[in-house]
Amino acid sequence: MIPLNDIEARIESAETASELLALGEAVLEHWLEAHGKNPTATKREGFRLLALHRQGAQGEPSFNACRETCRELVYHYNLINLDPEHSETAKRLRLARMVAKHLFLFVSGKMEVDGLGEFCCSSRPLRAQSS
Amino acid sequence: MTTKYKEVAYYPGCALDGSGHAYNTSTKAIGKSLGLKLKEVKDWNCCGAMEVKNIDPKLQTYLSSRVMSIAANEMGFDTVMAPCNGCYHNLKKAEYDLANDSESADVVERLSEKAGHDTYQAGQIETIHALDWIKDAIGEDGIRERVKNSLKGIKVANYYGCMYTRPRHIFPEKDQGGASESTSQPHFMDDILEAAGAENVDYPLKTACCGGAHTLSDSDTSTKLVLNLLQAAEESGAEVIATECPTCHSGLEMHQIRAETNFGIKTKVKVLYFTQLLGLALGLKPRKLGIHENVSDSMGFIKEKGLA
Repeated sequence: MIPLNDIEARIESAETASELLALGEAVLEHWLEAHGKNPTATKREGFRLLALHRQGAQGEPSFNACRETCRELVYHYNLINLDPEHSETAKRLRLARMVAKHLFLFVSGKMEVDGLGEFCCSSRPLRAQSS
Repeated sequence: MTTKYKEVAYYPGCALDGSGHAYNTSTKAIGKSLGLKLKEVKDWNCCGAMEVKNIDPKLQTYLSSRVMSIAANEMGFDTVMAPCNGCYHNLKKAEYDLANDSESADVVERLSEKAGHDTYQAGQIETIHALDWIKDAIGEDGIRERVKNSLKGIKVANYYGCMYTRPRHIFPEKDQGGASESTSQPHFMDDILEAAGAENVDYPLKTACCGGAHTLSDSDTSTKLVLNLLQAAEESGAEVIATECPTCHSGLEMHQIRAETNFGIKTKVKVLYFTQLLGLALGLKPRKLGIHENVSDSMGFIKEKGLA
């Protein structure tokens, strides 16, 4: 799995909508694994990202605050892939990067506040040692 | 125009008394200009916001129910208008809990008796947002008729934040098709400002989180979230972000400055309440709309666009 701390840089350098979709899935995989869940391989409405989001929101209703961000990422993926030669494809890709980045910032921020994941002084191994 | 919502009980809430005072000023100003009457709820209290709700959700239900009880039982209203997303959300949540959770109803009854006021009964009040108020009481045609300074040529990203439409089950009137509001793609603010002449841009983060809840505990996360919202608005072609939540609004303004000072990244997009933009279109002076109270300075932009 891609380390969480590497995802932001990868989003910023992603050159295709497929890469961004996969990075969005990676963000949600981190959320699920931090909660002791096995990330689903199933799809919802044709997208694993949406299935992962739904799985991540089970028992955690505030996680729905990123539901539309996930859907926007899927929307931009469709926009770009359905008409890659469109004059606005470059702009759409820049916006898709921002949408993916928002998903990363929201989820990683939430994990940090909740004390989940591997973050500097709130790193899970350190907390485990001190408890 | 309909007669619905011509006179409503007004619940400004704590934010509009403090950091969101400009929203309070501009909401009252456009109400007056449009001939809509607002009667402030007497002796109102905090809705329970995030702090109380996180510790004791039933106490939040009681606090919100007291506001609705006063409006219904002491003032005789059947509608409360709350411009703040947090207040609007909490009153809606209290309404839902009282109708569906007998334990919440018991707690509210006990605390209301102790506090010495009538217990609020589910169904007495319809809580609406300022967007519902303008959209239903005036409507797009009504706005078009009243516009004195069209917002023509002004590119706007409409930002609704995350509490206006979530969770879906407490907003049964939304997602009903036709002209109803959508929880996934809200459009009431877009409709209102378009009627005032604005050019709405496709903004992909219109319901995304502004990091408001992290502002004190993790300012850097909030700044990064806001910076991304601002940059996405600029990438979408917007000159202005229109807001309808005091927490989102102050977060966007403050973290716009913080992004520049802490990360060295400057964004130019202006941040104005939708009530301020609508007020300008109705020909009201910026000062009447509290624009001088905003943290970010939009006066140069407003003058450049011929709105002042």
